[in-house]
Amino acid sequence: MDTRRDFMKCLAWAGTGIVWSVAGGVPRAMNLGGAALAAPTDGFSFVQISDTHIGFKAAANPDPNATLQAALDKIAALPTKPAMMIHTGDVTHLSKPEQFDTADQLLKGAKLDTHFVPGEHDVIGDDGKMYFERFGAKGAPAGGWYSFDQGGVHFIALMNVVGFGPATGGVLGKEQIDWVVADLKGKSASTPIVVLAHIPLWSIYPEWGWTTGDADPVFEALKPFGSVTVLNGHIHQVVQKVEGKVTFQTAMSTAFPQPEIGGAKGPGPMMVPAEKLKTVLGIREIAYTPAAGLKLTDETLA
Amino acid sequence: MIPMMTRRAVVPLAAAVLLAIGVAAGAAAPDTVTIDNFTFAPTPLTVAPGTKVTWDNKDEEPHTVVSADGGKTFKSDALDTDDKFSFTFDKPGTYKYFCSIHPHMVGTIIVQ
Repeated sequence: MDTRRDFMKCLAWAGTGIVWSVAGGVPRAMNLGGAALAAPTDGFSFVQISDTHIGFKAAANPDPNATLQAALDKIAALPTKPAMMIHTGDVTHLSKPEQFDTADQLLKGAKLDTHFVPGEHDVIGDDGKMYFERFGAKGAPAGGWYSFDQGGVHFIALMNVVGFGPATGGVLGKEQIDWVVADLKGKSASTPIVVLAHIPLWSIYPEWGWTTGDADPVFEALKPFGSVTVLNGHIHQVVQKVEGKVTFQTAMSTAFPQPEIGGAKGPGPMMVPAEKLKTVLGIREIAYTPAAGLKLTDETLA
Repeated sequence: MIPMMTRRAVVPLAAAVLLAIGVAAGAAAPDTVTIDNFTFAPTPLTVAPGTKVTWDNKDEEPHTVVSADGGKTFKSDALDTDDKFSFTFDKPGTYKYFCSIHPHMVGTIIVQ
């Protein structure tokens, strides 16, 4: 019930096009820098986009190229230039070469270092071969997961969209889970961690596949860390949950909205009047400073 | 909402119309699984050995049809809206399948 209430709150925000902020990762009371209030100077910011669905052509948005471009224009107009961009999957709608090419060209226009995780729409038919050729991280393990560091924050990019069986949600698999455990070994508990994955890593609504069935061992391995922020896509709306030191956040799509949890027969594209579309699509800016931790701001395209 | 008597009258009529259309168009309507609203229907579908079953995606979302043995028995490409996939079931048995894009979507074909 809490999830639904949180969702309604977020929907109200998104629906009215109001820019809202939330301190993610480490609540201010638990700042890594203690009670320091001085304005820090050594932070950085990055942006998250998600579910661009290039190739989608149904009535919910006949032109996802234009809405992606609007998102990139919004990013280009941010007062602080982001250090990088994160794409949390469903780059394309049907994993077709021309869709990958169009997405690649549009995204390159942002002129930002971009890190991707695949969505289930990016790996149809070939387990992601075409996707990884274009957007895979260099030197990543064969499964496609990887990690990197930026400005003192450790990013873990997970892959939970292949190896599905009947009635499962997202799947990480033992090999990837073992890799996460090894990747975190030896890291200081004060290192802020950001985990990226397409399908939510916590159970939002398993009936619609909005869950990752085998994610528990990952959070077990993350337990010692003081700041963990999980950024997901997949459900085309902002839903957040804070559980202990872990903050879970899903993002808006740049292509089309999806219904609220259980609010329709299925999780298909949700029709809104054309003039309202940009009020339910959006981007996320994440600012990090050692003193204040991560601060997330979701902005609609309106 | 509909009184029982009316329902009894309507259902055979609808079935008769459907059969007539199927015959006229040369289609095999009873051997079709429709995909809509993230569901396979009907499920389970019972057919005789040798039947060619067709899945018809009427949803706005793309879907796939993959046998539960990891696609060893049958596996479609991505089916966009109005795309179809067919598979002929020669051997009797119970065949479970799912959509590999939305694995919460499951269905069963019974061949007997």
